[in-house]
Amino acid sequence: MSAPTIELRNVTKRFGSVIALQSVNIEVNPGEVHCLLGDNGAGKSTLIKILSGVHRPTDGEIFVEGRGVRFRSPRDAQDLGIATVYQDLGMIPMMSIARNFFLGREPRRRRLLWQRLDLDMANTVARRAMADVGIDIRDPTQAVGTLSGGERQTVAIARAIHFGAKVIILDEPTSALGVHQAAMVLKFVVEARLRGLSVIFISHNINHAYPVGDVFTFLDRGQPRGTFRKKDISRDEVIEIMSGGEDLRAVEAEIERMLAQARSSEAAH
Amino acid sequence: MVRPPPAWGSFGNLDKARIGPMTSIEERGAAAPPDGRAGISSKRRGAADERITRTGWLTRLFRRPEAGAASGLLATVVIFALLPGADALYSLQGSMTFLTLAAELGIIATAAALLIIGGEFDLSVGSMIGFAGIVIGLTVNHLNFPLWAGIGSAFAVAIMVGYFNGLIVVKTRLPSFIVTLASLFILRGLAIGITRAVTGRTQIPYILNDVPDNWTAKLFNGEILTGLFQWMGNQGWIETRSDGLPFVAGIPMSIVWWVVVTLFAANLLTSTRFGNWIYAVGGDAEVARNVGVPVARVKIMLFIGTACAATLLATIQVMEAGSADTLRGLLKEFEAIIAAVIGGVLLTGGYGTIYGVTFGALIFGLVQMGIFFTGIDTDWFKVFLGVVILVAVLVNNYIRAKALGESAGK
Repeated sequence: MSAPTIELRNVTKRFGSVIALQSVNIEVNPGEVHCLLGDNGAGKSTLIKILSGVHRPTDGEIFVEGRGVRFRSPRDAQDLGIATVYQDLGMIPMMSIARNFFLGREPRRRRLLWQRLDLDMANTVARRAMADVGIDIRDPTQAVGTLSGGERQTVAIARAIHFGAKVIILDEPTSALGVHQAAMVLKFVVEARLRGLSVIFISHNINHAYPVGDVFTFLDRGQPRGTFRKKDISRDEVIEIMSGGEDLRAVEAEIERMLAQARSSEAAH
Repeated sequence: MVRPPPAWGSFGNLDKARIGPMTSIEERGAAAPPDGRAGISSKRRGAADERITRTGWLTRLFRRPEAGAASGLLATVVIFALLPGADALYSLQGSMTFLTLAAELGIIATAAALLIIGGEFDLSVGSMIGFAGIVIGLTVNHLNFPLWAGIGSAFAVAIMVGYFNGLIVVKTRLPSFIVTLASLFILRGLAIGITRAVTGRTQIPYILNDVPDNWTAKLFNGEILTGLFQWMGNQGWIETRSDGLPFVAGIPMSIVWWVVVTLFAANLLTSTRFGNWIYAVGGDAEVARNVGVPVARVKIMLFIGTACAATLLATIQVMEAGSADTLRGLLKEFEAIIAAVIGGVLLTGGYGTIYGVTFGALIFGLVQMGIFFTGIDTDWFKVFLGVVILVAVLVNNYIRAKALGESAGK
């Protein structure tokens, strides 16, 4: 088997004395969806920022297709085929779908003295690229701001696929979405996986992550808490680990007790 | 929000409750369908989506960012046509006068609009006009530069000023409002200080006397189509003086420059990669940076643009008057911003068109001259301006909310 598309070895990130991530090891193979699960403050965001070139790790190494790399900027990561789809950052609402699609990689055509933006081509290609992944846009000149959250995510994912991304990092892609739109984004994740891309899927919603995930890595306050393949772990076990098992049962018992107390005092009146 | 249950496979439907079929800034490209319907449709082609309404060309016209300014201009034209003094205002002479006013404002407002769309302000435009005039005056009168070199020096200084304004803004991430407020005072102070130190006065007269290249001045001060106007005068189509020369000798160069600047800026904004970047850095600089747009470079270039536009206006004024005055351009920065805002440019950046600004400048020039010709006390001009700004900002806010699919007034 070939080298993993992306691999982190012993990656640690410290902000001053705060340890945001401690010795994280992750590898993602082509055609694999790797879910990063964890509560708020688990270090998921820090990890994404390291993968997408925003932060540099304090310690440890990153390998892309077996080669050690060092990202100096988000652009470096992009050039190596690592595309990050942020929850809300990533689209400019008042610009058209086509202009957003090609932002930073504008197609141009020389005409007379200067290079002109090839808007016809941008509109056509954006429309076709969206159609390729199953979404038919009638009007690529429509402002992105008029799209719903789920549709914006799909535009971003289609853009990543179109420009030859090997790894797509999705940061909480479904957390702000309704059921219907979350389903749309999940279908996209599967679509990308079937094309042989690697997907890193960050979520704290197990109902969204479990059906599409192949591998699950758990993070808790910056510490890795194990990596499991889907065949080795059931949905209930995932929920158990994510909620910290014992904690949740204690909370449930506490709530039960409070309700019982309320009922008994009501009965006394 | 109640939604019909989605049929599987039609997951691409737009959430129609939130989106008026608002089009974005640009013209519809070749890929847009002729029926003008907007939106993402169901994957099943042919099945019409009941949630997408047809929009007529009129509706679409009114959704363009400059629609407000265009209708404002139309209203202004009609109102002054009904008031006394309309004959004088709309005569060839009167028209040329308000067009010249609009042109002088339009040159700086266009550059200011590009900068505002890019998400920044330049309050030093007015001071730059004064300062550039002084640079021309001093280099030509005291260093004996030929006119072209004097003008060239002024532009070199403008590029430096714009560069530093931009550099400070992008490096410190301070609001450009405050950075260029500092430049406003520094440039005005320098203009007055240097001029008084060198000449003992605050004006530099007789700049055009004894220059070796008087033709340079004609590029900024002369008229074009003089032959045509003379011929029309001879035919008796336009008014002539007793010596047979027409009152209006031709189209002033300031208007020509305005047209050139407008066409250049409009092309730059809508049809080049740099224009795409201007919208992007003004819409969301962080997003733009993440996809590899050189945000700092774009912003610095736009600051250089406003400084150069101010210098172009200064050159036109100096060539016209033959003298430079340290107080030239006072408050022009605000007039430029007002024209841009009336033209539908969003103060928060990321939205607007150059042709809107053209309408904004025309309204400004027309009202300024119209009030003069109708005999209304010109003090009222300022009241009018204030009201217009307020209305324009409210309209823009509404348009922005529409563009983002939010309900207005939220």
